[in-house]
Amino acid sequence: MVDVTDKAKKYRDVAYYPGCALEGTGNGYDVSTRAIAKELDLKLTDVKDWNCCGAMEVKNIDPKIQTYLSARVLSQAVNVNKQDVVMAPCNGCYHNLKKAEYDLAHDPKSQEVVANLSSKSGHKNYEAGQAETIHALDWLKATVGEEGLRKRTKGKLAGLKVANYYGCMYVRPRHIFPEKDKGPGSESTSKPHFMDDLLAAAGAENVEFPLKTACCGGAHTLSDSDTSTKLVLNILQAAEASGADVIATECPTCHSGLEMHQVRAEKRFGKKTNVKVMYFTQILGLALGIGPRKLGIHTNISDGMELITEKRLLP
Amino acid sequence: MINISATPIADVTAGSPLTTRFDVIETRIDDIFESGGGVAVKVAAAELLSLGEKVLELWLEARDEKPTLEQKEGFRLLALHRQGARGEPSFNACRETCRELVYHYNLIATEQTSAEAQRQLRLMTMVAKHLCLFVGGKMQVAGLGDFCCAAKPMRADGN
Repeated sequence: MVDVTDKAKKYRDVAYYPGCALEGTGNGYDVSTRAIAKELDLKLTDVKDWNCCGAMEVKNIDPKIQTYLSARVLSQAVNVNKQDVVMAPCNGCYHNLKKAEYDLAHDPKSQEVVANLSSKSGHKNYEAGQAETIHALDWLKATVGEEGLRKRTKGKLAGLKVANYYGCMYVRPRHIFPEKDKGPGSESTSKPHFMDDLLAAAGAENVEFPLKTACCGGAHTLSDSDTSTKLVLNILQAAEASGADVIATECPTCHSGLEMHQVRAEKRFGKKTNVKVMYFTQILGLALGIGPRKLGIHTNISDGMELITEKRLLP
Repeated sequence: MINISATPIADVTAGSPLTTRFDVIETRIDDIFESGGGVAVKVAAAELLSLGEKVLELWLEARDEKPTLEQKEGFRLLALHRQGARGEPSFNACRETCRELVYHYNLIATEQTSAEAQRQLRLMTMVAKHLCLFVGGKMQVAGLGDFCCAAKPMRADGN
């Protein structure tokens, strides 16, 4: 069992690591996450002078450098912010910070490289266990939770059919997420459900969606765009076949991929899909009575305004 | 759980060069999808399961491994996935896809109403297609980073 009370208190004031994507194409995710925090009176303090987590690019050239880059973010949170919980909404950042934590706990070579580079860069070393990395889903699940959302939203999302799409990095590889699969209250790596739980608490109807952890083809986007487009088209068609009005996302790479390849699928393959794509924080924000513009919905490529109006989700 | 002893299904890729076998499988999956209510649902579900096995066989053969004939939890597909992920953890990214394929097969096998079975079949075709696209894409960039599927071209260039 997970100690829900401790987490509810601990996660109310966290170091916030938006990462590069949320300052660019994933801006709507950043804006809506901050808007929700404000509405729910949760404190987010940006990690001071944060850097890239190493993403995929650095990791593929030198995994140890990626470990260092992620470790520096954690060091900044611990030593500069003086905080011991880092919340990363981006799946790539979340994955990499968790991976760095795992490597630093288990691999002496990683410890050595990170200590050396930290020393050369003139900042304090980060050691495994000094901070806890959580996802935006962990953050909201523990703080406001389903009960809190039920009270605050009064079922505002009723009538909205949602396909919850987690993507592949939120739960994989399993060994870097030791807190998952711990029974009631914890997240599942094979059948993740935190997003389903939160949106259902706000009144949404979660549809049966078989591709919720399937790869979006994000890594193929530049090297093989057609494969990415086909993977995304298949996900979009599956969501529509499941009866979804909207796909809820929690990863900026997946989100951008779904939106951009939805457009490309029509141009390249003549396959049009109408399902909308929104960050789960945008949907929860609507449920909390926040206006679409304050949630950055106008910055999405997928135009959800008609759906928002039809489902009476305007404040 | 349904124990499978499906009638052997013709290998749609037989005679095709390796490079086009994924296209052949994808086309067959699309045909099943497009046929809508025009197919015997349980037969189509068995074929989709078989196509999933074929996808994993291609992955294994490309790695110079002999595809297992064993079953895991009553399904060869799951045994093939386990074999394919051995020494290649990133292949676990399609583990749930394989399990979804089996899940939908079971739903269709036990479904009593034809409308619901048809709906499940549509979803199953998309799951099968995802497996085909994902593994096909992975084959193109075989070599792989520790997670990212697109790592190979960068490292192959020595950049």
